[in-house]
Amino acid sequence: MTDAATSTARPPGGSAVAARAAATLPAATAPPGAARPGRRWWARLRRDRTLLIMTLPALALLGVFGYAPMLGLVMAFQDYDLYDGILHSPWVGLANFQQLFTDPGFWQAFFNTLSLFSVQLILFFPVPIALAILLDSLLSRRLRSVVQAVATLPHFFSFVLVVTIFNEAFGGAGLLDTFLRSHGVTSPFDFMTDPGTFRLLVASQLIWKEGGWSTIVYLAALSAISPALYEAAAVDGAGYWRRLRHITLPGLKAITVLLLILNLGYALSFGFEQMLIQLPAVGSGAAQVITTFSYENGIVAGNYSYGAAAGLFLGITSVIFILGANKIAHLLGEDGLYRK
Amino acid sequence: MITTEPAAARTRPPLARLLDTAQRPSWQERPRAATQGAKSGAITLIVLVVLIPLYTVVMTSLSTQGSINQAGGMVIVPHGLSLAAYRDIVSGGVVGRALLISLGITAVGTCFSMVVTILASYGMSRAGSFGHRTILWVMMLTMFFNGGIIPLFLVVSALGGYDQYWALIAPSAVSVYNVLVMRSFFASTAQDLIDSARIDGAGDWRILWKIVLPTSRAVTAVIALFYAVGYWNSWFNIMLFMPSDSSKWPLQMVLYDYLTQNSQMVNSAAAGFQGAVPTLALQMAVVTITIIPVLIAYPFVQKHFTKGVLLGAVKG
Repeated sequence: MTDAATSTARPPGGSAVAARAAATLPAATAPPGAARPGRRWWARLRRDRTLLIMTLPALALLGVFGYAPMLGLVMAFQDYDLYDGILHSPWVGLANFQQLFTDPGFWQAFFNTLSLFSVQLILFFPVPIALAILLDSLLSRRLRSVVQAVATLPHFFSFVLVVTIFNEAFGGAGLLDTFLRSHGVTSPFDFMTDPGTFRLLVASQLIWKEGGWSTIVYLAALSAISPALYEAAAVDGAGYWRRLRHITLPGLKAITVLLLILNLGYALSFGFEQMLIQLPAVGSGAAQVITTFSYENGIVAGNYSYGAAAGLFLGITSVIFILGANKIAHLLGEDGLYRK
Repeated sequence: MITTEPAAARTRPPLARLLDTAQRPSWQERPRAATQGAKSGAITLIVLVVLIPLYTVVMTSLSTQGSINQAGGMVIVPHGLSLAAYRDIVSGGVVGRALLISLGITAVGTCFSMVVTILASYGMSRAGSFGHRTILWVMMLTMFFNGGIIPLFLVVSALGGYDQYWALIAPSAVSVYNVLVMRSFFASTAQDLIDSARIDGAGDWRILWKIVLPTSRAVTAVIALFYAVGYWNSWFNIMLFMPSDSSKWPLQMVLYDYLTQNSQMVNSAAAGFQGAVPTLALQMAVVTITIIPVLIAYPFVQKHFTKGVLLGAVKG
């Protein structure tokens, strides 16, 4: 076999070593035939076969659990039946989408998604920026790292846990409720089931869970601002607020715009687990979002095609949102998800 | 000349030394008392907002029914502590089993994910290697578009994954984001180190194991933490693939079960008796147990977060 021949003729490691070495060493030392400039693709394939084999497990997993479900989305155009499967279920064209777009429940979910996302954007988004500026201003390095560690901690709690903790704090018979009752406020107070305040609840859960974690990126941006700028400004007589406005905030602008745009890109798939957990308590009038709508119709009610249609709508609009957001990022001179 | 810094450090007041306070830049004015007060207040508030709920959770889990009744719910000032809830968990039953299941899934899942992620990251990290850019794009596409829940559910069901533990691991085993982070770290491994190993006859497996991995301990630790926390915290997977067989449930699902049961019992003040151990104490003990592994792992990797987060930027 040629394989055996090459591996005995060359040092251990085989042709890959030789070819890779040839790429960096003068041409004279290259073994004949291994690394001509116009070498054919299969020679490179052979050279890098170990590397390619290494990517196979990940590719296989993504193929089965990423790409196969994408193909499965054709069921959105079928009346899918569990026993007939994708291959034998009857095709119904756009009937599922027609039903979807005339379903008040879907539009309710659509507007809930947008309104929950907007309130979150207004209340949550500025928090890490403010926290970063605060932490950055601390002279004590130890205090800063302790506060940062404490604030980051809830990022590593699950939403089930976060909702449980919020429930014990703000729910019926929770800390706040008990406190109010012991001070003579008798009206039952239950944040956790009130649809009217649900958007605030969602935003405050996000602030508690992710406020500290999201600070990391801004802190890095702050540490990249040259201290000489501050010094020059101070010498010129700029006080704290003017330095904040003319040095700190402009220094954070690039990363803020970028994160804002990326955030917008994922607006429609906002908050799946968070809503699903609280859906029974709050009700679908306030907590149903597109993702939970798809899940409830598809899995819980067993109407797979209908749920998949909602999922496909979500997927396509999300891609449009992401590409659009990315376009805006490029127009603003940022890198976005990828560089142009 | 002897540097003056140690002397300066010695003359610093003990509080400044304890807090490791940096020297205020000469151009910076001393903040006014009000500003300093506001800052201290904000910091105290942040720390308390995180820690007080955790404190009351732990206190309630250690409380007797008597002190839970006295407090009317969550306990801040305990009257009489008891380990009954934990004893109940250790002695078996749903929660004890769920704890073991969660630990098992997290351990197996993290190992599996790390192997797959490390291999894929190294496989795509060598500049100019065959097809690495294409493979990268194939992987990254799944970040932006996916089939959604329902086709995934049907694929896993068709493979016989319903009510199986592998269904809680395999579908989320590869995080492309983590691959990207690790790949950009591996790609920054000193090229001359790798070249010299190659000339000495090392193949890709040996280079990965002997050179790339040992020089990337920080990122490996962070990614392993991300995966472990992901498995430990995952809940929807269970909801989707294992919703009814409570004998197989990991902790998060048990916690969710308690949460939904609890919200049905809202306002019935006596809700809480289920045998000898108060339900609220038991529930809070589950919360505590769920948090403890995170708290143990946290200090070891906390200092590496910044790297892990910032390297996520895609560098083609």
